[in-house]
Amino acid sequence: MFSVLSVVINSMSYLTDAPIDSQELVKRVMRPSDGACVVFEGVVRDHHEGKKVESIFYDAYRPMAEKEIQRIIDDINIRFPQVAAAVVHRLGKLKVGEASIVIACASPHRGEAFEVCRAIIDRFKQTVPIWKKERGPDGEEWVGWQK
Amino acid sequence: MRVRLLYFAVLRDITGKSEEVIELPEGTRAAEIWNRLRGKHDQLAGYERPPMTAINETYVSPDQPLRDGDEVAFIPPVAGG
Repeated sequence: MFSVLSVVINSMSYLTDAPIDSQELVKRVMRPSDGACVVFEGVVRDHHEGKKVESIFYDAYRPMAEKEIQRIIDDINIRFPQVAAAVVHRLGKLKVGEASIVIACASPHRGEAFEVCRAIIDRFKQTVPIWKKERGPDGEEWVGWQK
Repeated sequence: MRVRLLYFAVLRDITGKSEEVIELPEGTRAAEIWNRLRGKHDQLAGYERPPMTAINETYVSPDQPLRDGDEVAFIPPVAGG
């Protein structure tokens, strides 16, 4: 029998230094049996906690980040075998409006595609060793670090 | 024993380096390395407990004893996505 799991690509890098092509991710996950594809883009916004933001520098513990993202994907594949998911996070300096992360989830029906997309980004934000330094007219700051 | 210590994000800025190899007595715990760092860098003095700790690219308790050749990283609050 055709296994949807075999379509999920596991061996690629989840991190990039270049702009992310979300359409490429959609192509990667979509199968003829899919009726839905949910794409989440996390984008650099021009403010954070009342301060202006001009750019963000993303840093990562690259090999560990790759492993942590793989763990998330592996868990998703077990819990939602009918969903195909792809994730790419960008590192380096990003300007306002640029995507830092793109997640694409394809599924025969929309419900699970929405659910998985949300589950991936929520967990990503908790465990993947990636950091961001926001830069604006008032200076720069590592987000989450209490001085 | 020797362990490799990696510094990322705010910790790289504070220590001024991205990694170093340090010589330690057998069985030293990551939490003890953290205390050394707190002693050296005023900006860390208020942080009694280390942030999340990774040994060889896996999250572990900072109280786990280290072994020769381990790669240790303190993980400041993550902010990906």
